[in-house]
Amino acid sequence: MGSLHSLPDEPQYVGLAEKTGFSFEQIGILHKRFKQLSNNGETLRREDFNTIPDLLCNPIRSQIIEAFFDRRNFRQTDGVGTVHEIGFGEFLVVMSHFRPPSIRLDDEQKEVIRMEKLRFLFNMHDTDNDGTITLEEYRHVVEELLSRSGALGKETAKGIADAAMLEVASISMGHMEPDEFYEGITFEHFNKLLKEFEIESRMNIRFMNMDTTTLCK
Amino acid sequence: MALSCHQLGSFPPRLSVYVLLIVFVAAASASHDAPQDGTHDPTNVTHKKAFPVLLFNYDHVRTPFEISLWILLALLMKLGFHVIPRVSQVVPESCLLIVVGLLVGGFIKAIGEKAPALDDTLFFLYLLPPIILDAGYFLPIRPFTENVGTILVFAVVGTLWNAFFMGGVMYGVCQLEGGQLASVDLLSCLLFGSIVSAVDPVAVLAVFEEIHINELLHILVFGESLLNDAVTVVLYHLFKEFSAVGTVTVLDGVLAVVCFFVVSLGGLLVGSIYGVLGAFTSRFTSHTRVIEPLFVFLYSYMAYLSAEVFHLSGIMSLIACGVTMRPYVEANVSHKSYTTIKYFLKMWSSVSETLIFIFLGVSTVAGPHAWNWTFVVVTVVLCLVSRVIGVIGLTYVINKFRIVKLTKKDQFIVAYGGLRGAIAYSLGFLLPDHHMKTLFLTAIITVVFFTVFVQGMTIRPLVELLAVKKKKETRRSINEEIHTQFLDHLLTGIEGVCGHYGHHHWKDKLNRFNKTYVKRWLIAGERSMEPQLISFYNKMEMRQAMLMVESGSSAKLPGLISMQNIQPKVESRGRTIPKISKGREEEIRRILRANLQQTKQRLRSYSRHDLFADPFEDMNENLSEMRFRKQRVEMERRMSHYLTVPANRQETPPVRRVRFESDDQDYTSRESSGVRARNIGPNSSPADAISVLEESPPLRPNRRSDGGVRRSAEHGAQATDDDAEKETGEPQTQGRRVSDPGPN
Repeated sequence: MGSLHSLPDEPQYVGLAEKTGFSFEQIGILHKRFKQLSNNGETLRREDFNTIPDLLCNPIRSQIIEAFFDRRNFRQTDGVGTVHEIGFGEFLVVMSHFRPPSIRLDDEQKEVIRMEKLRFLFNMHDTDNDGTITLEEYRHVVEELLSRSGALGKETAKGIADAAMLEVASISMGHMEPDEFYEGITFEHFNKLLKEFEIESRMNIRFMNMDTTTLCK
Repeated sequence: MALSCHQLGSFPPRLSVYVLLIVFVAAASASHDAPQDGTHDPTNVTHKKAFPVLLFNYDHVRTPFEISLWILLALLMKLGFHVIPRVSQVVPESCLLIVVGLLVGGFIKAIGEKAPALDDTLFFLYLLPPIILDAGYFLPIRPFTENVGTILVFAVVGTLWNAFFMGGVMYGVCQLEGGQLASVDLLSCLLFGSIVSAVDPVAVLAVFEEIHINELLHILVFGESLLNDAVTVVLYHLFKEFSAVGTVTVLDGVLAVVCFFVVSLGGLLVGSIYGVLGAFTSRFTSHTRVIEPLFVFLYSYMAYLSAEVFHLSGIMSLIACGVTMRPYVEANVSHKSYTTIKYFLKMWSSVSETLIFIFLGVSTVAGPHAWNWTFVVVTVVLCLVSRVIGVIGLTYVINKFRIVKLTKKDQFIVAYGGLRGAIAYSLGFLLPDHHMKTLFLTAIITVVFFTVFVQGMTIRPLVELLAVKKKKETRRSINEEIHTQFLDHLLTGIEGVCGHYGHHHWKDKLNRFNKTYVKRWLIAGERSMEPQLISFYNKMEMRQAMLMVESGSSAKLPGLISMQNIQPKVESRGRTIPKISKGREEEIRRILRANLQQTKQRLRSYSRHDLFADPFEDMNENLSEMRFRKQRVEMERRMSHYLTVPANRQETPPVRRVRFESDDQDYTSRESSGVRARNIGPNSSPADAISVLEESPPLRPNRRSDGGVRRSAEHGAQATDDDAEKETGEPQTQGRRVSDPGPN
């Protein structure tokens, strides 16, 4: 692989490869990209993400960027809160959430991977980290989704979010008394909601084994 | 045939169906030898005839009569099958129809008539297009585009492999066998191979429709059957031309490859052009809603015919037309037209499919046959073998490029689902008269029968046995839609961060191009700016509303979740509204219900209808009645909610405000102007607000000119609640807010 000039057998890579499941080539390419984004620095900050032109027209841009700096996604046991800058290790761990599951896995392992990806999504919605997605947070999600699509106003977004919330409540709770209150979507409800969604096959991107980053920027 | 009426009535239904069938067939065949009846005018009238009271003139209506008879026969057969429950669960409908065709063909032959054969004009120009259009128009775009690479590889490379493998091995076998077969040369074998190798969309649809397999497998096999048309067309023409000449040179081979690209891309181009034309036309049809469906059908049919003129791939053209047209047409046409299009397409494709299978059966009996054990058996075996080898080999290569790999089970289903059908037969029929033609035809028919009967019947138990994933039955929910969109954007963003342009990136670019340029031209009015999530939400609301109207007074059960359950309760923000005890609440509720006209039970349904975000304005002028009822139900629901949900001072949708302030005449003008000022929705219609204004009066038995809605609601019920009188002193703006609780 002539395009790689970072040593594939650095001990750091071995550790990362084990932790995240990427191959050495993939780690090398991502490291190059990391250096590109951070201007050859050691850490990435939020402003560095602004240099990506494609991300600018993405409606959920801020949430994606936040996800990179969210400690809960770093696969540490008790990560809470956000950081201001991340190193390559954390970058890679966040990216590893999008790795496609290997075909050789059995059902249990597939379930674990599915839970991981679901957790990532859940963390993206649950911004205050209280373990539930409240109505306000869900409304925010829908508003962001519709934000680039023209000035249709908050009312429609609210209507959609409310309808969606109703549906979650109906699925999860089935039957509620008029004065009971549905706190928010917990992780179990979220799982139940997206059971048919096949997230383990959908939430993946292709990680290159060959270096094509120089072709596009 | 001398059955009296009461005897008929006592027969079980299926027997009467068969009796009818016999009647029709006899009539059809009898019509063949219609004598020349009293239509001739005798030129030399030697004697005066009596004035004929009743004449028999069959020739005049012969063709349409026969056509109608055949179609009626086909449909009666379809009816008949569902009367026999057990059989239709085991045997797929296509098999039964072929059997019927065989019987009918046998019957006709027994009478001594010449049975109509499935000739190619009839098939390719009249029977095939509706099925393909139905398939193309309702093609699930997302799974198709996600798997388009795999589908293309199977369609192009797979079919090529099948054709050459079969042709080559058949040639070898023929040479080895000698005798009658020795005269079959290589090119003829290759021609035969190219006819038999293509997976047939009609057969696949007919069988897969009934087994409800998961979306991925369905789209793989079905997509392959559609896209292999280009390959089949090119190979067929290539070998047909050259089997006459006898040799194929390298130049011909190169030209064939070029031809393939021209045929497929040309077909797609023609289809897309007609699709865009159709979409553009539908933009202007708002005043002539009745003919909207016709535009869809005619443009698509023209696309097919135009492609056939140039020997391009008609099927691909038709698919491209349907796929291109659909999103824009659906945004433009009225709901009724949409339903019409859907049902007409389903109807026509159903009739076509039935007719095709019946005619297959009839032609089998009718056609000349030349049976040769070796040839036929080897053909059948080879079909299976080459398909299996092809699928396994290609999957091995494809899996290297796929994110979601195809498992062994998937491969088996894809291989086993490669059914041959009527297209192969018609192509064989089209062959020029060739000394081997009857042999080929017999072999093709046998392969078709084998795949449809054996594979068609056994695929269902096999699917059960292998526990292949089935199609999920539930309709897409709004949460899934939200998350689908969210995931799309997320993955596009992550791809951007990674720095490579993948699948999502290009899809995103296409969507943006579509939104900024194409939609503006092709979609009428406001809806061109509507993002997908909102259209989905509106469709869902619409469906709910229609259900509500249809179900009439049978509303949903109480106890389901409703808006108030998910609204955060405001704790104590200086509440100025006294809390009512539960007993009082019940009383009030009961009285309210009694007073309202046509009381409906508390509806716990999805929607909190945002009336000003109502895009159905331009879409459904006919639904005003439905909307009226919807609004009234909504009002009733809200009123009963007001008693339990405390005020939320934050945002108040202007529409609701208007509705309930209508009691106070002095507010009215101020309110409506306030409404107009606040309306930021896209299709806000003051007319809507005014109509709401007009509605509410009949529902208010007692009107008071005090502060707010809540009070008037209660006071309407009982004029004794003095606590709230204190509220009247508040300034009007404040009062407005306080009075407008409601789930917000």
